[in-house]
Amino acid sequence: MTEVMIDTGNYIAAKAAVMCKPDVVAAYPITPQTTLVEGIAKYLATGEYKGEYICVESEHSAMAACIGASATGVRTFTGTSSHGLLLMHEMLHWAALARLPVIMCNINRVVGPGWNIWADENDSISQRDTGWIQFYCSSNQEIFDTIIQSFKLGEHEKISLPVMISYNAFILSHTSMPVFVPNQKDVDAFLPNRAPKWKLDPDNPITFGNIILPAEYEKVRLDMQKSHEYAKKLILEISKEWKQRFGRYHGDLLEFYKCDGADYILLSMGAIGAESKAAIDNLRKEGLKFGLARVRCFRPFPKEEILKLSKKADLIVIDRNISPGMEGALFTEVKASLYDNTDAKVCGFIAGLGGKDVPFGDIEKMCKKVINGKARHIEWFGLEGV
Amino acid sequence: MVEIKTADELNKKFLREGMWPTIFCNGCGHGVVLEYTFWALEELGLDMDKVIFASGIGCSSRLPGYINADGLHTTHGRAIAFATGIKAANPDFHVIIFTGDGDCAGIGGNHFIHAARRNIDMTVIMINNFIYGMTGGQLAPTAPLGSIATTAPYGNIEHPFDISNLACALGANYVARWGVSHPYQPIKSIKEGLEKRGFSLLEFLAPCPTAYGRRNKLGDIKKHWAWYDDNTILIEDYEKIMKYGTEEEKAQVKDKIQLGVFQDIQKPGFFESYEKLVDRLREKETKAKEGKK
Repeated sequence: MTEVMIDTGNYIAAKAAVMCKPDVVAAYPITPQTTLVEGIAKYLATGEYKGEYICVESEHSAMAACIGASATGVRTFTGTSSHGLLLMHEMLHWAALARLPVIMCNINRVVGPGWNIWADENDSISQRDTGWIQFYCSSNQEIFDTIIQSFKLGEHEKISLPVMISYNAFILSHTSMPVFVPNQKDVDAFLPNRAPKWKLDPDNPITFGNIILPAEYEKVRLDMQKSHEYAKKLILEISKEWKQRFGRYHGDLLEFYKCDGADYILLSMGAIGAESKAAIDNLRKEGLKFGLARVRCFRPFPKEEILKLSKKADLIVIDRNISPGMEGALFTEVKASLYDNTDAKVCGFIAGLGGKDVPFGDIEKMCKKVINGKARHIEWFGLEGV
Repeated sequence: MVEIKTADELNKKFLREGMWPTIFCNGCGHGVVLEYTFWALEELGLDMDKVIFASGIGCSSRLPGYINADGLHTTHGRAIAFATGIKAANPDFHVIIFTGDGDCAGIGGNHFIHAARRNIDMTVIMINNFIYGMTGGQLAPTAPLGSIATTAPYGNIEHPFDISNLACALGANYVARWGVSHPYQPIKSIKEGLEKRGFSLLEFLAPCPTAYGRRNKLGDIKKHWAWYDDNTILIEDYEKIMKYGTEEEKAQVKDKIQLGVFQDIQKPGFFESYEKLVDRLREKETKAKEGKK
């Protein structure tokens, strides 16, 4: 029987992770991730979580421990945030290239210096090229559902890649919302046991991580790329299956909201994505034809779908991140998806860096600036005193 | 220069009052260590334009922000690595690192080990409260056996790090450990550490009533501070009892934490040796050139 659990994003994530029965969780505390791994520890104490729980001495070690465990063929989970994720960077590449499906929550938090613990997506955006599949969630229910879906996705034999589920610090991690929690039997029926093609096994000795020559290495990279391409299809299938089994759907690579007949389509991620829906509702009430395509999956990037959108509407992108010397990362990717194939105009906004709130009213203002022709190609929205 | 006689005058000189109030909880020992450091700096009469503070992450690492001097608040565990760079670029500066047990003995352990081994010229002030205070009370590698922490709800089974002992084994030039309830000895030790060339470690046992005391039922703040008096012993007393005491006396002090100066030697520091190396090679080169002529 489905029950409703009212709790913070972190405790909801802990519940979802435990329901996937990982064999090993290795973690190191960092604000605002701490309550996530504390939640798992609590389930360990009650006996609901039956795996191994390792307290390590750094995030680098947390990911290394997950990689080691995953190489033996078992299911692994961890969580981190901001500088913890950055410290893992070497190991993130390693997990992906070793094709080990470690599943991890990253709570999007500002990168220092200028120490700050609030929401900002630069931590995970800067891990874009590590080979990890990346989801950005916009509600606690989506966090719950995406974690379980991610185990199925990452561990699929044609994928074998680690998956990062990102959600905004405090806005989601420490905010309580009601979440539907399915019963364990139904989760078990959805999520098969991990069955890797190869693993560390005393009866069949193999070595991970040997030296390979350039020609072979290139193939390793190509295979990874193919898996990312295949993941685009599989994410669709898994989201569909989830909808059939559990009746909930948050979109697949993208979530479309009132895009039919829209003249302008807004693209955003994470918590701004949820706030954007309220903005779209208000704009529609005023007769302005806006829609939202919330980017749920940043890697693999849904370039084909975005190109399709651009045939019908002009695009507006809001980034809670900045690639200094260029622009917001999503803005760049969206434009790259359209290259030479569309006449759509694209406007980009940088908003909410350092955890600054981006309420729906501000999103409406951004949209109206675009309609009124007052928006520049790229602009920083709502800077104070500038 | 006006002579400073009171803590108020001392604070006026060294504290960056704009940063107040501090993040520290009632009964925390960090402010006391800061005060000891101020007295040491004042008594040595160091030019504050030539003193730089560095820190990592955690409550103790917030200290440089409260000091009216240059400071670098760096990433978790890496303050010593940053400080090595500061010292290399400014060999005549005093570099002081504020760090905690989680920061220095946990995530940053390797930096600590190698800076001590290489005898890098810096003063590390490690405030040991047995716990990761800032993130909510996870077990630190220095926590005594049996300690209760959020990650050790049934009691710690991991053997604690004796960081002062480790520093001695690594050959650090100056190693001392004190509690925050000793008013004079720590100031003397910080002064000695600052004057020493090479690596000095000052370890301070400091209470964290919020994250450690509460869970370990150490009582109110007064009782928690008293715990440090009841469970520590001066090195000299410890050695005397171990040599001449009765079996009963030995059993009483066996598990107490020793306080005092553990090591005070004068091995050449890294930068001192490095300068000599450069001079030697330059001299050799000059001689070779002269020979060619």
